[in-house]
Order: sequence, then structure tokens, then C-alpha cells
Amino acid sequence: MTKFDTTIIGSGPGGYVAAIRCAQLGMKTALIERYSTLGGTCLNVGCIPSKALLDSSEHFENASKHFEAHGIKAEKIKLDWPRMRQRKDDVVTQTCTGIEYLMKKNKITVISGHASFKDKETISVSAADGKQQTVNTERVIIATGSKPSSIPGVVCDKKRIITSTEALSLENVPEKLIVIGGGVIGLELGSVYARLGAEVQVVEFLDRLIPGMDFSLAKEVQRILKKQGMKFFLSHSVQRVSSKGKKVKVSAVNNKGVDVEFNGDYCLVAVGRKPYTQNLGLENIGVTPDKQGRIPVNENLETAVPGIYAIGDVVAGAMLAHKAEEEGTFVAEKMAGQKPHINYKAIPGVLYTWPEAAGVGFTEDELKAEKYNYKAGSFPFKALGRARASMDTDGFVKVLADRETDEILGIHMVGARAADLIAEAVVALEYRASAEDIARMSHAHPTYAEAIKEAMLDATEKRSIHM
Amino acid sequence: MSIVEIKIPSPGESITEVEIGSWLKADGDYVKLDETICEIETDKATLPLIAESSGVLKIILQEGETAGIGDVACSIDIDAIQPEKTSAETPSASSETAEVKEKSVSTADSYAAGHPSPAARKMIAEQGIANVSGGGPGGRITKADVQEQGRQVPDGVAAAESVLQMEPAEASGSRNKKRERLSRLRRKLAERLVAVKNETAMLTTFNEVDMQAILDLRSQSKDVFLEKYKVKLGFMGLFTKACTEALKEFPAVNAQLDGEEIVFHDYVDMGIAVSAPKGLMVPVVRNAESLTLAQIETEIARLAKRARDNKISIEEMEGGTFSITNGGVFGSMLSTPILNPPQSAILGMHNIVERPMAVNGKVEIRPVMYLALSYDHRIVDGQQSVSFLVRVKENLENPTRMLF
Repeated sequence: MTKFDTTIIGSGPGGYVAAIRCAQLGMKTALIERYSTLGGTCLNVGCIPSKALLDSSEHFENASKHFEAHGIKAEKIKLDWPRMRQRKDDVVTQTCTGIEYLMKKNKITVISGHASFKDKETISVSAADGKQQTVNTERVIIATGSKPSSIPGVVCDKKRIITSTEALSLENVPEKLIVIGGGVIGLELGSVYARLGAEVQVVEFLDRLIPGMDFSLAKEVQRILKKQGMKFFLSHSVQRVSSKGKKVKVSAVNNKGVDVEFNGDYCLVAVGRKPYTQNLGLENIGVTPDKQGRIPVNENLETAVPGIYAIGDVVAGAMLAHKAEEEGTFVAEKMAGQKPHINYKAIPGVLYTWPEAAGVGFTEDELKAEKYNYKAGSFPFKALGRARASMDTDGFVKVLADRETDEILGIHMVGARAADLIAEAVVALEYRASAEDIARMSHAHPTYAEAIKEAMLDATEKRSIHM
Repeated sequence: MSIVEIKIPSPGESITEVEIGSWLKADGDYVKLDETICEIETDKATLPLIAESSGVLKIILQEGETAGIGDVACSIDIDAIQPEKTSAETPSASSETAEVKEKSVSTADSYAAGHPSPAARKMIAEQGIANVSGGGPGGRITKADVQEQGRQVPDGVAAAESVLQMEPAEASGSRNKKRERLSRLRRKLAERLVAVKNETAMLTTFNEVDMQAILDLRSQSKDVFLEKYKVKLGFMGLFTKACTEALKEFPAVNAQLDGEEIVFHDYVDMGIAVSAPKGLMVPVVRNAESLTLAQIETEIARLAKRARDNKISIEEMEGGTFSITNGGVFGSMLSTPILNPPQSAILGMHNIVERPMAVNGKVEIRPVMYLALSYDHRIVDGQQSVSFLVRVKENLENPTRMLF
């Protein structure tokens, strides 16, 4: 029986990238996936389908609300929801097929079924049809990802009380959607249905949205989404969610201790995700998840068992596809004896509402907490020719820099295409650029990226040109 | 606070870029007016950077950094007070230099100096290299910096194989390697030497010289010569004279190719190869054909000293029409010198060894030097080059010939 050099459990962005990198490095590689398609949450029920719906619903919103201002008269604009959903499914199918192709191209053995450790070098795989298979391997990367989690008092029936997975494939557009959780997932999916006509109420336990991102982004995003028709209830602690027929009722207590009730036809529970290690047989190799269900790893992302590694959502850190990808590459190269690094402080966070929000590096609150001697510069998109031309004038770019050395410490932005603009910020951080460095680099005109340059000028010596 | 910025001076028209060789003074040192504070390397020479004022030095460009003419290499805080020799503290200077740093953050000795790029960081970790000097902006370490300093990086597959399959070879004794960055001078030299080999049709002709007459001449006249001209009568002067006389007869050897034209010179600017601390340098004796022996010797002595002291200027090394190199001082018996482009020929001198020679049908022991003339066959014919070398030989064997 063939023995693999490396076996990866889970084919999400962490797992499949690790598999490709292992194969590139000359390892005989196997990839185990329990679902019928490759790609994990990201490709099947996460990043990709949600972006497909976000883009489609954005077109719909533009056509129904903004075309007129551009001088386009479009009458009787109608939503074809089944078609919109179908396009999303097609995008997912295409992308997953792409991963299959990549596995073939890199001669990676794909094994279908649920993996469970027998011992550290033996994994039994049970296929959906009940067939059992044993995989022998030198080393293993656990990349099993995460599942939507819930909060006490809330049980997702997956019909009316739903997770992000169901929210991507609803039969009908809700009339009144209640979103529990003002994080990235809740705001993105809330946005989709708000644009398609639903009344969306977001109920958040904290006193702010998108925790983890800079507070200024949270405020700006809230302001903009409110303008788009979403309603926000911050500092509300959800106690119970019940459903009866086509109705759901969410009971919460606000920070003044007052009971508040929300009624709708769907309730999306978007309160975070928990690592997925169910029936993985971790007990057979002596790996014990921590209280939050994460697999403990050392700085090499290796578990307590030598040769068993874990990456992505199943370990500590931000639950982001691109973080998992970096870790997949990192572990593959570590196994090959190389010495890669990951700069976790330079992994950007992105919110794909419109406008988008993105940030990387230290937030202002983090710097304040550390009593760091920093300075800030910012620039609003409304002062930018490009933004006015497209009527995407909401948002700003904010840069935080060391007051003494001018080194950029964090870049945060809300605005059109912020998700793509943030790449420049990552390069700046990785190279430890100063605000003046970026301010002195030519940025094409007219572009949204000019806002970054202007914010850098503002941070340098308060000398932005267009303000 | 007054700050004087010291810029990279122009070493010559053809030079647009220099490299910071080494700082002779440390950051924060008190430097005096006209003191040499840094050595700047160019393709052709090492130049001193002179302090334009007295004060506390603030280094901006780090060693190994490439800089353009006019770039600010350092600044001097002229208000700072010269510290007591015993005291190492300069509180006023340090607080003020910090201010300078803030003001010129993008070009200054940066907080990011030595910060590796992501790819460079991985390579440094893998190769276990310490002290990579950052050649990127602000002294950042680029991938190229590591590549230059480190050994060849194995590609991904090779690295994997080496870890998965290969056992380390056993070795006894020390196997340490030491790596030094090539100086700009040395890099340019290497480039040019290879270019000459590739771009010219270079070949070498040889001859031998009975040095008895020259040795006699020297022993007879050296004291008088020294007394009169305050300079030693060396071989170089006599060889230069022998060559300039011969070059008058064979102008092609003193010519050079310029595109589709040959440039003939009615003068001889004689390049004299000198071994200097930073490598070989070839200062030029101008109009050597019209100088007296004493003038030639004086000029060679002056140039050689400047070369050894790293004070030679680019101008002093430019424009030679012919060169002489003396491998004999190191004991070379015979060698094939490499052309000094765009010149067309170079004479190689060697050591003087007593050898049996057939003189008038008898074997006699004579002091003999082998001569080598490398030439560019594209413009110098064999007949000319060989005849030229024969004439040099005749001039040396009968020095009186050079008188008329």
C-alpha cells in the first residue's frame, strides 16, 4: 500500500493551497474531503457565493436606485431571484471545478470521505456510500476549518432560523430579516437582502459593528449602511429566538435592561464560527482541542504530536481564507526544511459591503492601549475626482504612523474598492514603509488609490494636496 | 541648530553612481574640517569624502549603499560642541540629531535599515546568514542583497529533496567559509576584464631582452640621477621611454578603435599599472613622449603614491593610449597581460633572471627579462606588433639608441 508523504484533511483554501505547495516541493500528497466538491466553506458556502450575491444585488440596487442620477432611465426593473441564485451556483461550480483541475495538474491524490485518525500515521476514510479506506501517511495537515456557531438560547432550525450557509440559498427574498451579529458575515448577507428589498435589522451584542476592525470603520460603515436602509440595534443581548410557521421572533435585552422584541420571517444567526474537529479521531493521536475547540499548535503550526500540523480556522487567529492560505504554504515549506515566515500583523481584514471596508496593521484603539506615540492622517473619498465621477464618494482612508520615525503602523479604509486597495497597504507594512515613502510614490490619476497617497501626505506633515 | 549637508561630489564626467565604501567615522562622532570621513567607491577609483565643517557627524547613506552624485551622504551639526576627549557623552548632539532624522525621514538612516523583505527574510533564515547589508531604500534588505551575499539558494524542489532524502556529508576539520561583498571597483574590474576578452581579438607576442645594458646604465647613473632630480632612476622610466620611441614608429599600436574609425594619437599617454590596496589601478603619464626620463620618473612616483593612498582621481586614470604592466615585481616569469580598453596594446614586463645566452657563439650568463605584448589584432597587424616589440627590445639593449 502506498504511503503518502503528506496527507491534508480538508480542501478549503488552507488545505488545497497546502496540498499544491507540498506537491510543488516534491511530496507525494493526498487530500481528503468529506463533501462532494472541493474548496471548503470559502468556495462552496462562504467567500465566493456571498461575493456572487453581493455583486448581483449591487447591480440590482444600482439599476433601481442610482441609474437615474447617471442619466439612465430603466423602467420596471424586476428581480429574478432564482436566476440570481443560479448564477451564484454556477460561479461556485466553476470555481470548485477549477480546484479539481489544480489537484490533477499537481498530481495530488484526492480522497472523498470523512477522515478519522487511527494513529498518527493512519487515517481511515469513510466515503458517503459507506466504503472504508485506509490512508497511510508520513505527516498530516489538519485543515478541517470551521462551522457557523450559535449562542445560548438560539438553535438554528436551518429553515427560518438560519446560518450563513442557508442564507445563500433562500427560496425567497425575506420580507423582514433579522440578523444576529454585526460582524462581517452578518453585514454582507444583510446587505444582499437589504438591496433586494428586505427590511434588515441587525442586532449586535457589542456597542459597535465589525469587531476587530478599526473603530472608525465601524462607525462609517454603520452610517453608510443605515443610509442604505439597514437598521442597527447595538448593545443588545439576544436571549431567545423562536419560530412559528413563517414567522420568527427574537427576544433581546438592551444595555438599559429593557426587553426588546424583533419580529421577522427569517433570522440569520451570524455570531461567529467554531473550529470543526468532529469525529476526527484526535483522541487517538493524543491531540486535545482547547476550550474554544481550536487545535493547539506551536509556532511551526505543529501540534503536540510531531508530524501532525494544523492550519486555518481550526487553529487560533483570524478566520480568514487568506490567513489559512498563508499557513498552508508555511507548513508545506516547513516540512520541506525551508524557513518561511508569516507576518500576522500584515494580514488584511475586509468587509465586502458597498462601499467596502478594509484594514491592516494596528488599529487606533490598539495603539492607544499601548500608549504608542503615533500620528494619524486621513483623506475622504468625496475629495477625490475619481470618486465623484463614479458617485462613490462615501468613506475615507486613514493611516496611522509612528510619530518619530513615520513608519506606517496601520491603514484602515472604507470606500469603493477598498478590498483591492488594501493590497498596497500590505506591501507598505511588509516593507516597513514610512507614510512619506508612500506619499512620494506616483499613484495613477484619477483612481481611488489616490486617497491612500493623500492620507499618507496628511500623515506626513498634514500636507495633503486636495484638501 | 545649523546642519551642513555633505553631498556626494562628482568624481568625473562619466560617473553617475557611486557606492559608499566605508565610513571612517562613526555616527555621532565629532569630525573636524577637512578630515576624511568616508571612502566612496566608484567604478574606477576610491575617493575620499571630506568634512566640510567641524561638528557632529550624522551618517545618512550606509556602507554598501549605492548613491547618485549630489545625494546627501551625511550631515554635520556644526553647533555641536567638541566633546571632551574622556567623555563619550554628547547629549546636545544626540537630541539634535534625532530631530534631523525626523525631518528627513525618507532619505535618512532609516528605522527600517536592515529590515528584510518577506522573501529576503525567508532566505536569511534558511541560509543562516547574519549581517546582510541592506541595499534597498533606507537600508532595507532586498532579495537581491541576500542572493549576492548568500550562497546559491536551492529551488523549492531541491530544498525539499535535500531535507527528505539526503544525509549530511561527514566532514572533519574546520570548513568555515568567509564571504565578503565585492567592492564596486572589483565588480567593475571583473566586468571589464571579461568584456575585453569577449569584445577584442586579443593575442600576445613575446620576446626577450638582455638587460645588461640597462643594469649598467642604472648602476652608473643612479646616484647622479637621484642627486640631480630627487627621484630614483627606475626601470619604469626607461621602459616608458623605450616604448614611446617605438610607438612613434608604429602608430597603430598607440591607436584605438572607435566604431568604424581608427583614432591615431600623436602623443603617448602612458598608463602605468599600479597595485593599490583596492585592486589594480592604471594612472596615466600625460605626453610621455615629450617628457625627459626624470620627468617621467617624477610623475610615475607621484601617481603611484596617490594610487596607494586611495587619493587618485578619475581624471588621472582616464585617456591612456598605451599601458605598461610589471608583473616582474611579484616574480612573474611570463604572462599575457589583458588590454586596458579602449587601448590597443599593453606591454608586460617580467622578472630579470640570469639565464645562459648564446652571445657571439659562446654561452654567457646574462640578466634576461621576457617581454609580452598583448594587442588587439583587429587594428594591429602581427607585423606591426612584433616589429614594435623588437624595437622596444633593441631600445633597451642599446639605450643609446633612445638618444637619437
